[in-house]
Amino acid sequence: MKKMTSRQKSEAIWGLAFVAPTIIGLLILNYYPIFETFYQSVCKTGDFGIGNEFIGLKNFVTLIHDKEVFRTLFNSFRYAAVSLPVTIAISLVLAVLLNRKMKGRGIYRTIYFLPMVCAPAAVAMVWKWLFNQNYGLLNHIFGTDINWITDPKIAWISVIIVGVWSGIGNNMILLLGGLQDIPKDYYEAAAIDGSTGIHSFFHITIPLLSPMLFFIIQTGIIGALQLFDLPFMLMDQSSRAWPTVKTITYLFYEYAFEKGDKGYGSTIVVFMVVIIGIITFILQKTEKKWVHYE
Amino acid sequence: MNKTEKKPGIGWHLKQRMTSGVIHLFLIAGSLVMIVPFIWMILTAFKTKTEAISIDPFYILPQAGWHIENFIEVWNSYNFLLLYKNTLIMIALRVLCACLTATLAGYAFGRLKFPFKNFLFALVLIQMMVPGQIFTIPQYLIVSKLHMLNTQFALVLPGIVTAFGTYLCKQGYQSLPRSLEEAAEIDGANVGQRFLFVMLPLTRSSLVSLGVFTALFAYKDLMWPLLVAPQAGATTLTAGLSRLQGQFVSDYPQIMAGAVMAVVPMIVIYLIFQKQFVEGIATSGGKL
Repeated sequence: MKKMTSRQKSEAIWGLAFVAPTIIGLLILNYYPIFETFYQSVCKTGDFGIGNEFIGLKNFVTLIHDKEVFRTLFNSFRYAAVSLPVTIAISLVLAVLLNRKMKGRGIYRTIYFLPMVCAPAAVAMVWKWLFNQNYGLLNHIFGTDINWITDPKIAWISVIIVGVWSGIGNNMILLLGGLQDIPKDYYEAAAIDGSTGIHSFFHITIPLLSPMLFFIIQTGIIGALQLFDLPFMLMDQSSRAWPTVKTITYLFYEYAFEKGDKGYGSTIVVFMVVIIGIITFILQKTEKKWVHYE
Repeated sequence: MNKTEKKPGIGWHLKQRMTSGVIHLFLIAGSLVMIVPFIWMILTAFKTKTEAISIDPFYILPQAGWHIENFIEVWNSYNFLLLYKNTLIMIALRVLCACLTATLAGYAFGRLKFPFKNFLFALVLIQMMVPGQIFTIPQYLIVSKLHMLNTQFALVLPGIVTAFGTYLCKQGYQSLPRSLEEAAEIDGANVGQRFLFVMLPLTRSSLVSLGVFTALFAYKDLMWPLLVAPQAGATTLTAGLSRLQGQFVSDYPQIMAGAVMAVVPMIVIYLIFQKQFVEGIATSGGKL
């Protein structure tokens, strides 16, 4: 190392001291666990969760043939594939409508954002009641007799309904922030060239919002894979519709903690890391094609 | 209607008014969709069980008076006082730890030169990229081996340090002009003094964002309290709710009373500190 002046030396000591709590914490609470999880994924957990026996890639072989892993993965992806476009479309419309001087702007924002400050566990309980087949508000209002959360054909849509309802506010705030960063003169210049509202929306607003949209899509897909509390609280795990909404993160929870098989639970997590890595890679590859950075 | 967009006249104003009316109508309809579940939750919580499941006629308001017994019963049998206390302490400790460690590290990463800086910052970034579930089993085992299950320590442990918060604070410190610090340095202030008296007060907004984010995250989290604090007296609001739902399977008024008690404090805090909440979300993005 180069010779340091006493000033540089003191700065180095301060710097290391300042990052020390965070780095030590990360090492113990995050980096040791990462290695431990990888290690456990190649182990068989002994009875009562005691003792690990090295079994190589056996867990991964099991995982590849485990239909439940792929079914829960499918459930998570289906959730993302439907809920993300719907949430983005609605929040984009709301953001555009609210991105102007108008009466009640703050009130609307407050209301749409409300579910964001509520625990998903509580939100799910409220919706479970709204969805109740016999006494629920939804069937009352629409005069229907739908098994919202016990019919395997419908339950996954119900989970998405709650997910969209909860997520609109968050995305609306993010997109509103993005909209406010777009300079007004872009639209004025376009208007002089004869561009109308809709045309400007697709040729100015969308391209300039694309970095924010990209961010929302990326975090949304990864978030869908990690979905746990909403389906867990909304559905009975004994219901016949449960297998159609069970997420891969729940499968991990089930193996690691309910069945006590930490080895296979770890294998599922490692699998999730790989999947998230692949998604991130694919998204980064497509990013250049449609995301515009200034 | 006249097409007089270029020259604002009566027609133009009328059109503007109409558009604005349609927009409001749309936004109000949307607001109803957002708010009705909350209203229904509150109304149900004040009903008797028979009222709640009476199909016909379809009463909206509680008919037999506002029935507070649901709240009292749920409050007592689930010891909500303890749930509030546990949740509040957990949130307070997590916010304190996260802000403290993150602002120190953020300042160092954003402002100071020290050995291994890039490598150490890479550790921060990589932690943010992996899914949190990868930490769960080993963190649970750490708590369990220390015989600390069902303690406040267990609830707080994963939130003592924060990679995301460190990143957020680093951005905050980097955006401040260098001249401020240089002036203090000429005056003979050492790094610690410069941090504490000059820089720290200027990054209040990123600390507030981090605080809001941490508090909301801790309040919403379900899996971790379910795992490490399954005991009724040691757990948090969310995990308490999951037990409540299991117990009162069909007593919806009581379940709703529990839900009301779980969400109302945070909603009140949100209504008071709206600006900070919205900024906190806008800076932390979809991570919540």
